[in-house]
Amino acid sequence: MPELIITKDIDAPGLDTLDGYRQHGGYEALAKALKEYQPDDLVEMVKKSGLRGRGGAGFPTGMKWSFLAKNDKTRYLCCNADESEPGTFKDRMIMEKNPHELVEGVIITSYACRVSVAFIYVRGELALAGRQVERAVEEAYAAGYIGKNILGSGFNLDVIVHHGAGAYICGEESALMESLEGRRGYPRLKPPFPAAIGLYGGPTVINNCETLATLPAIVKNGAEWYASFGTEKSKGTRIFCLSGHVKQPGNYELPLGTSLRTLIYDEQYGGGILDDKQLKAIIPGGSSTPMLGADKVDTPLDFEAIAAAGSMLGSGGVVVMHEDTCIVGAVLRMIEFYRDESCGKCTPCREGTYWMTEILHRLEHGRGKESDIDLLVDICDNIGGKSFCPLGDAAITPVASSIKLFREEYEYHVREGRCMVGAGAALAAVH
Amino acid sequence: MISEQAKQRMRDLAARYPVARSAVMPALHIAQQEEGYITQDALQAVAEAIGLTVDDVESIATFYTMYYQQPPGKKIIKVCNSIACYLRGCDALVSHLEQRLGIKRGETSADGKYTLMTAECLASCGTAPVLQVNNEFVENVTLEMADTLVDEWNRELSAKETEPKTEDLASARGATTDRT
Repeated sequence: MPELIITKDIDAPGLDTLDGYRQHGGYEALAKALKEYQPDDLVEMVKKSGLRGRGGAGFPTGMKWSFLAKNDKTRYLCCNADESEPGTFKDRMIMEKNPHELVEGVIITSYACRVSVAFIYVRGELALAGRQVERAVEEAYAAGYIGKNILGSGFNLDVIVHHGAGAYICGEESALMESLEGRRGYPRLKPPFPAAIGLYGGPTVINNCETLATLPAIVKNGAEWYASFGTEKSKGTRIFCLSGHVKQPGNYELPLGTSLRTLIYDEQYGGGILDDKQLKAIIPGGSSTPMLGADKVDTPLDFEAIAAAGSMLGSGGVVVMHEDTCIVGAVLRMIEFYRDESCGKCTPCREGTYWMTEILHRLEHGRGKESDIDLLVDICDNIGGKSFCPLGDAAITPVASSIKLFREEYEYHVREGRCMVGAGAALAAVH
Repeated sequence: MISEQAKQRMRDLAARYPVARSAVMPALHIAQQEEGYITQDALQAVAEAIGLTVDDVESIATFYTMYYQQPPGKKIIKVCNSIACYLRGCDALVSHLEQRLGIKRGETSADGKYTLMTAECLASCGTAPVLQVNNEFVENVTLEMADTLVDEWNRELSAKETEPKTEDLASARGATTDRT
């Protein structure tokens, strides 16, 4: 078992309380950061560690921090804990089981970025996670880790826990800021980027929950130590959320560069495909990342290798499908999600996701036409790169990637009016 | 009616954020806790506490799916039907619950006991299929478990019915407190 960083003591009893967290070395990193480092030193440390964002885009964290506009406006930190990418369930685990790790990361980041007000935006549906984070913040205030003159350092910080209310789009950073400002969660045009003009017009850093929860370990053990895990360009470990047709689904923290095969088949992790069936397809980083065929199972899970294989590491949500999965049905389900969650601000995404759902629906139910497949590809081309925010680009990935890999299944649906594999095919065989 | 205590919590929130307007979402959450859904009174109270127009508050309340526009049932059941739960048989679970509760997804039972909904990925893919009852998780749900749950809910809700109208007593107590 490789060394764990973020989930090291995750199952220790009482870890979710202040005392429990401190028994496992909690808030030592904060004390060290405040005592031994100037804010800019911490930015350099995080740059050197090679840590990249765990929300989806994989942007280098230290570099993001260094982009903050240098002016006299109030700076803000937003922790993006609006976890809702289909296939992703790591931030919820961190918040429920180790909320102080996140809170400590928020305080360290605020100090490093000279932030005086930080927000933790917790997805509304995650009620327990929200309560746990709120309690952790209260405990941290009471213990003097948040508030005025933290640990005698002269550093002041206010932390506000904000609960979402059901909107996937608010995981997009500019929509998250709109939502925090008390508006409908519509994305903003970029540039200006949040680092220049963000929340309430101030320079703003927005980091994912897991990214922030990684910081205490980096500060405690050093940048070199963290960079010793992973690959040359994808440093450290991350939590892979394994789901779908595997024997042992769950969250597994592994060094970047571990192969998909190890994650899916190793007895310590996925334990193989459900019912010992054949692997058919893998979504490596949440439903917004392109599907990979079974031939890519030896691809290492790092940013570069997954990109070279034709997909993205995204949010770390690895969804596995076995041989009985009807691809058209599965893609229809994924597109329904984007149709429902499109905020409606821009036409390509609002209308395009609706059209794609309609076409996939008729294909799945035996009413598709030969021309529908190319029509889907055409719609993808009219959404991709032409919508206001990344949701549109995300919505086309399941469609475009599956047509490329499994076109014959779409054609079979047109020709035979039913699924090529799985329950749909079996049902038709009986009749 | 939104209680004075709730209105005070909303005003406190408006003062807590750097800009009062940011308190609109938490204030709506508070209002919904009191009323069960977003009523006209709820919109009015939030608007007054935050300093916005009622229309402005309503535009926010109608954007976010967790603010209910209609009174929901006593048990709000959300079954996740996104990709990971789909691969683990959530459709059969939804159909089963529809049958047991006698309502379709998106509906509330005529007796006001149940609302059945499907939900977007609930961040519980490793324990799929999953549902939430009044926002609390039930994971790795089998059809047998669903049956047991429905039986439990039925018992709990009919026990409440036979009690001497606890809700009326509670509201009577609330009214008394308000007067004193």
